[in-house]
Amino acid sequence: MSRPGSRLTDTKKVSGELFSLTYGALVAQIVKDYQSVEDVNKQLEKMGYNVGVRIIEDFLARTKEGKCADFRETAEKVQAAFKLYLNMSPTVTSWSAASDQFSLVFEANPIAEFVELPDNYADLQYSNILCGAIRGALEMVHIEVAAWFAQDNLKGDSVTELRVKFIRKVEDTVPAGDD
Amino acid sequence: QAYNCLIHFYKRDFVMSGTYYFVIVGHNDNPLFEVEFSSSGREVRKDDHRHLNQFIAHAALDLVDEHMLRTPNMYLKIVDKFNEWFVSAFVTASRQRFIMLHDLKNEDGIKSFFSEMYETYIKQVMNPFYSINTPIKSVHFEKKAQFYGRKFLTG
Repeated sequence: MSRPGSRLTDTKKVSGELFSLTYGALVAQIVKDYQSVEDVNKQLEKMGYNVGVRIIEDFLARTKEGKCADFRETAEKVQAAFKLYLNMSPTVTSWSAASDQFSLVFEANPIAEFVELPDNYADLQYSNILCGAIRGALEMVHIEVAAWFAQDNLKGDSVTELRVKFIRKVEDTVPAGDD
Repeated sequence: QAYNCLIHFYKRDFVMSGTYYFVIVGHNDNPLFEVEFSSSGREVRKDDHRHLNQFIAHAALDLVDEHMLRTPNMYLKIVDKFNEWFVSAFVTASRQRFIMLHDLKNEDGIKSFFSEMYETYIKQVMNPFYSINTPIKSVHFEKKAQFYGRKFLTG
């Protein structure tokens, strides 16, 4: 019995370069639309948040794993998600003493492959969408975190380092939209 | 007689110094990137020469456009000559024109330089913050041009 399904999954894959170029066009457009770099950073983070709250469902469906016992397991899951969705393999390092902060270190950042930041955008967090995605995804599993870039290849650092900090467990409250 | 020989050699050195002027010309005939290489290492008076070089390159554009239509190759070799200057050209897939003014033939070196700068140009165009047909201000691009200029042109 032939399985046309397997061909269908292949055509859903898109070249990495196309993805990088699409994201680049998106960032360039947002930069044109907004005056301040801070606003652009916020927008990218917001977009990432919207991706994160949705992609977590897909991730949990695919990995079928249960709850995380502690924040370290959460870190491992985030690491696995990068591999699954972006084919990136960051290392988890720099744990804080209280095990509530960790870093994801990327040797290279494929979504920023061809990017060179112009001088007037030196404060632009180009890959801020990733920070938002982590925040959004973890919020849906009731973990509130803050995520930001501690180091960035685009700014001349040797690696790109994404820092994640645990803020608190979100109690099972009524979601914000329902009044 | 020895004195005459010395003069002759001195003159030869001067001509064989190998000076190159490379310019990328945009669709509006505007220069997007310019750089000069000189193997003699002397400081070239940029302003004086720059105007003349731009003039020669600009004058050659019509010939480049003609040659471009007559051949499927990107490398057009020598398309024009002005006094002691040869003008070589290379046209990219998107019709950006790379012009090289040179006083030595060095066809292989120039062809390699053009090819490498083409790769570098493609990477530059992929930068979402760079608009096509605008001047290229990237430090990375300049470094590559310097590197390939030393490698293939001046040595």
